[in-house]
Amino acid sequence: MSAFNAIGEEREIDRDEYTPGVEPQPTWCPGCGDFGVLKSLKQALPEVGKTPEEVLTVTGIGCSGKLNSYLDTYGFHTIHGRSLPVARAAKLANPELEVIAAGGDGDGYGIGGNHFIHTARENHDITYIVFNNEIFGLTKGQTSPTSPKGHKSKTQPSGSAKTPLRPLSTSLNAGASYVARTAAVNPNQAKEIIKEAIEHDGFAHIDFLTQCPTWNKDARQYVPYIDVQESDDYDFDVHDRAEAAEMMRETEDVLNEGTVLTGRYYVEDDRPSYSQEKHAVGEMPDQPLAERYFDDDAEWERSYDLLERHT
Amino acid sequence: MSDDELIWRIAGGSGDGIDSTSQNFAKALMRSGLDVFTHRHYPSRIRGGHTYVEIRAADREVQSRGDGYNFLLSLGDSFARNPQEEAYYGNEEIKPLSENLDELREGGIIVYDEGLIDEEDVEAINLEERAEENDWHVFPMDLRGLAKEHGREVMRNTAGVGVTAALLDMELEHIEDLMSDAMGGEILEANLEILHEAYDTVNEEYDFEHDLRAPEGSHDTEQALLSGSNAIAYAAIDAGCRFIAGYPMTPWTDVFTILSQNFPDMGGVSEQVEDEIAAAALAVGASHAGVKAMSGSSGGGFALMSEPLGLAEMTETPVVLVESMRAGPSTGMPTKPEQADLEHVLYTSQGDSQRVVFAPGNIEEAYEQTRLAFDIAWDYQIPAIVIYDQKLSGENENVDVEFFDREPSPDLGSTLTEDELAEAAHDNSGKFKRFNYDDAENGVAPRSIPGQKGGRYLATGNEHSPVGHISEDPDNRVAQMERRIEKLESIRAELDEERDSTQTYFGPEDADYGIVTWGSSQGAVAEAIERLNENGHSVKGISVSDMMPFAEREVTEFLESVDEAMVVEMNATAQFRGLIQKELGRFGDKMTSLLKFNGNPFEPAEIVEGYEVNLADEDRQPTAQVRIEPAAGD
Repeated sequence: MSAFNAIGEEREIDRDEYTPGVEPQPTWCPGCGDFGVLKSLKQALPEVGKTPEEVLTVTGIGCSGKLNSYLDTYGFHTIHGRSLPVARAAKLANPELEVIAAGGDGDGYGIGGNHFIHTARENHDITYIVFNNEIFGLTKGQTSPTSPKGHKSKTQPSGSAKTPLRPLSTSLNAGASYVARTAAVNPNQAKEIIKEAIEHDGFAHIDFLTQCPTWNKDARQYVPYIDVQESDDYDFDVHDRAEAAEMMRETEDVLNEGTVLTGRYYVEDDRPSYSQEKHAVGEMPDQPLAERYFDDDAEWERSYDLLERHT
Repeated sequence: MSDDELIWRIAGGSGDGIDSTSQNFAKALMRSGLDVFTHRHYPSRIRGGHTYVEIRAADREVQSRGDGYNFLLSLGDSFARNPQEEAYYGNEEIKPLSENLDELREGGIIVYDEGLIDEEDVEAINLEERAEENDWHVFPMDLRGLAKEHGREVMRNTAGVGVTAALLDMELEHIEDLMSDAMGGEILEANLEILHEAYDTVNEEYDFEHDLRAPEGSHDTEQALLSGSNAIAYAAIDAGCRFIAGYPMTPWTDVFTILSQNFPDMGGVSEQVEDEIAAAALAVGASHAGVKAMSGSSGGGFALMSEPLGLAEMTETPVVLVESMRAGPSTGMPTKPEQADLEHVLYTSQGDSQRVVFAPGNIEEAYEQTRLAFDIAWDYQIPAIVIYDQKLSGENENVDVEFFDREPSPDLGSTLTEDELAEAAHDNSGKFKRFNYDDAENGVAPRSIPGQKGGRYLATGNEHSPVGHISEDPDNRVAQMERRIEKLESIRAELDEERDSTQTYFGPEDADYGIVTWGSSQGAVAEAIERLNENGHSVKGISVSDMMPFAEREVTEFLESVDEAMVVEMNATAQFRGLIQKELGRFGDKMTSLLKFNGNPFEPAEIVEGYEVNLADEDRQPTAQVRIEPAAGD
């Protein structure tokens, strides 16, 4: 009997299975965009046929980090900025797990920026959802890496002198093989993009715009969205790196002027995922590592076979 | 100081092949039946500079580098780049000769490569005069010329080994065997020619007046020459560890490299990642997903692991971290040993620490305690740290091969199967009570692995309820804290009662003076104690390995049984003595410290002298390199 019967189980999955019992109730503020991410995930997971027990959600710290408190899968709520290294290793340890990492813009693009770049570079087969509300929420309204230039907060009272980070361009340049932006107020698109990201075999980065009604009232999140795939004005090939880069630049240029474009920007289907690359050079076993510990017939090498070279 | 031992020092520039040559020569001595112990000294640069390896060999157990040495093979620094006298590094070609003379014993032998070291430079250091004063026997040989003639000049190391063998009256058999194992074809032939010609030249052209000969010995069982890093890496393999993540940093890199090279063949995964925060976080992630995992670093990198270490504690994710100390603070002296990260390892990370720390003192202990670290970590779902240093990491010692003949243990400890999960406690919504405190035995609440049916829960670094929901409920907080703290007490009880002691004792039980040490200073302390007792003193020693939970009972018993004690450690602030006082709350007036922090490990003679100075209550320091820190109230 496999140690992981929940993995690959085929049955009808009810959305409610992803909702914990009575406790805990979300502590997000009324009107918070984070509800949108939770809802879209709960819709997407059954549709891609994932049972709650074969999904591992790994989160960082902040309002976004509470996602897996309200989503009843296996979960690991880690520490500020560190969701990606934990998620990467879980996927390497058991590639059959569906690993979804999530965090906020401060968490993922600020303190976790280094991990973000390297996870994208290596193209780990995980989905990464960044709740981008352009503000530090849970620490009460400080300027974040995506806050617009001139943004005033208690820690930058004269207005931020910094140009905001460009998440889409950054992940494309770092090597992500799937890059999209969606928004909490656009739930149908969000669900479709999450489904695609989960099914994508490689690092799928979703910059998920989530309005913060408490600390970032001025943000552009309430402006109507334009879906770049639906609009005739934006015709480009999502498989073409140069066209995608151009579109991302345009989107990121106008974001803070009140125009919000969402949709999929880059999809690279033929790039092997990190574990495939690692397998190709002989550094990744055929069977999931984690399974061997429950396999009574597994042959465990003994170190003293290595002693010969020391005698 | 014994005359029945050889301490052979090979000196050159980094990059001159000093390491590989000494490794082979040490093995040849081991194969000839001797016990061997190596000591590696090198600068923090890739090529050039003064580097040496010492091999101590005797027909009895050798536990430290010894005091000084009696045979110098000085190859000259072929990467010397600053021949001008006024340059910062000075005249480097001769450094391997000039820098080593202070520690050469009376009556010792010097072989130097006159093909590389200029005669004028030798005159400038008054070698002849000093040799006369110290009764040194000096053999200038054109090793480079000889090597060049038969092959390439890099083979001058082989010529040096040939000269050594001849001067010590050794057979060439084991050296030849090792060369054949390592190389073949024309290279082997050239090396063998050089070896023999060097050997014959010495025998034919020189009269020996010196008394030093290679000791003779025999082993009852097959021996292996291993470093502390080998022992730790092999212990991890036997413990079932199949995932390692790391970032290179001296001297931790040794363990990381050994496992990275072996894991692909045994179905394990090694990851070199962007930084040490990531490295430890990866180990935590892999462990969470059901693989025995480890990470590690040296002091500076371990500082970055503070966060994921705390996360592992709070989420009760088993993981083994290795901390290989080097001299600090900050980047300190990258290639020099020190035992000054003890407090860093014990207390880093916020909150009430729940971790296990072992400090092995020799190669066998490095193996055993690393295995123990994995067992304890997975049984109790707690991070376990193995702290050792650059000295133990890089030194080689022969170990009985039979010592390793034991079963691998890929057991995940207190992890449930799906059948067991079906019987386990769940909440109303079907969530597994992974952090259940109601019936936790020894504080341990068994866990599930993601992907198992019926095991769904949330792991979080926040305080949490039994199913893992974030909770600030005071009753839950107290129950969870008490359960986690109970684990450490249970581990202490297990170490005390069920496991063989991980503390090591030396000297007669009824001695009235005690020496207390930890980690890699053990060997030098052991030898010093032997010598002191031979000289009529009454001294015993304890080398402590259990740092957290602390070996309370054993250290208390030891200190109660002596009138006075000296705590020997390689740091400037007496960290271990401080730990004893903190843990036991007494003995402050009984313990003097003997401290060394100049980048070199203790030699037994320094400890002997420290003891004598301390006992005589003299108002002086033992040597320029060692400090005495008096007991409280003195």
